[in-house]
Amino acid sequence: MSALGAAAAAEWVKVRSVRSTPIMLAAFAVVGVGLGWVVAGSFADAAREQDSLAAGFFSLLLGQLVLITFAVQFAGAEFSTGTVRVSLAAVPSRGRFFAAKMLVTGLVVAGAAVVVEVATFFTAQSRLGERAAPFMEWETVEALLGGWIHLTLLSLFAAGVAVMVRSTVVALSVLLPILFLSSQGLGNVDAIRPVAQYLPDQVGMVVMHLTVPGDPQFGRDYGPWEGIGILVLWTAAALVGGWIAMRRRDA
Amino acid sequence: MIEVNHLTKRYRGGTAVDDLTFTVEPGRVTGFLGPNGAGKSTTIRMVLGLDRPTAGSALIGGRQYAEFKRPLTAVGALLEASDLHPGRSARDHLLWLAASNGLGRKRVQEVLEETGLSEAAGKRVRAFSLGMRQRLGIAAALLGDPGVLILDEPVNGLDPEGVIWVRNLAKRLAGEGRTVLVSSHLMAEMALTASHLVVIGRGRLLADLPTEEFVSAHSGANLEEAFMRLTSESVQYRAGGAR
Repeated sequence: MSALGAAAAAEWVKVRSVRSTPIMLAAFAVVGVGLGWVVAGSFADAAREQDSLAAGFFSLLLGQLVLITFAVQFAGAEFSTGTVRVSLAAVPSRGRFFAAKMLVTGLVVAGAAVVVEVATFFTAQSRLGERAAPFMEWETVEALLGGWIHLTLLSLFAAGVAVMVRSTVVALSVLLPILFLSSQGLGNVDAIRPVAQYLPDQVGMVVMHLTVPGDPQFGRDYGPWEGIGILVLWTAAALVGGWIAMRRRDA
Repeated sequence: MIEVNHLTKRYRGGTAVDDLTFTVEPGRVTGFLGPNGAGKSTTIRMVLGLDRPTAGSALIGGRQYAEFKRPLTAVGALLEASDLHPGRSARDHLLWLAASNGLGRKRVQEVLEETGLSEAAGKRVRAFSLGMRQRLGIAAALLGDPGVLILDEPVNGLDPEGVIWVRNLAKRLAGEGRTVLVSSHLMAEMALTASHLVVIGRGRLLADLPTEEFVSAHSGANLEEAFMRLTSESVQYRAGGAR
């Protein structure tokens, strides 16, 4: 087995062997699917014509807080428990350890995200009856693909920040207020919108049909995949930051 | 063999390890002694590549720790016994360590048995006493059957039976030709375990000599008192009134 493979295998054992993993991923699923069902119900009742694709994504904005917390806590636990010293004694290459941690975090998050997102989509659309978005159309596939990338990258971004600040608590207290903006729609407040729309949790909203194109308040100054592109940059920055912190600091 | 050459670690607040040079030979137990705050753990962390030295170097078998591809098969270390995820079982802790260095599950079972943890292996570490955590840390150190063992305060929290067990284990491992470094702040314990002593205080080397020499030089005297005299100039944290 390659050196990175062995380090990743160790991270895989770590993520499987704590109870918080299944608990948090289950909570993510419950919030995503459960709230998705409720939201879609209100869509179905609404008189006004709304973008039916959006019905499947609103609940994920709240659910993503749980997914991000999982990613932060898996990376941050190394530092809060002191396990990082044992980890680095076993895998002395800091870069390899960090890569393995992010790889496994990414794989677990991506796996959970695709399952929950698709389940949420079908749950929501099933309530919309005739107004349901057709599954086999590119617009739907694009939104699901974009949402999946959004959930995965946003979690990796958060995990990178956790390594940068070497703490679960600090990372969450910095990230959650910012990430809460989107679930509360505060990113649309006029005073902060010009800047807030570029924050990492906001840039995936166009592709998920959670913005209103062209609207002065709910619109965005970028397109769906430009938004994902910005998220890629955010994620890359957080991963580079985490990697530098990992290499520089004493364990 | 462990070679520490002019090792120095300075923090913003001061110097933890100050131009420290000593060698740990294979085939015997070397006691690494010093009062609390003397720099023992910082030295060990630098040997393991966890902390970066301000100056100097530490080599294991002529190589830097970071050069080992599968370090657990070369060096086994017990660090702070609390460096564990409380929500993970003892077996899972050893399993991820084994996976990281390509070691099999069989080896995990062996070290669990060797350290008397077989029955508790499925329990989460949260439920472990300090003594059991120490045993788990020692199990982790033994996992890769390494030629060099570094045990930082291994008898902390152990009951008398555990203390004797660690003492005999260290001696047996050294008897097999391995390099064994055991740190402690208890002179009396080291006099029984180690055949060679490296004593530091305030990060500086105070003595590097066979245990016998130290004992005979202070024959008749209480060893713990002799140790305190040796390190008296360098004790950083002293209870009020104690001399």
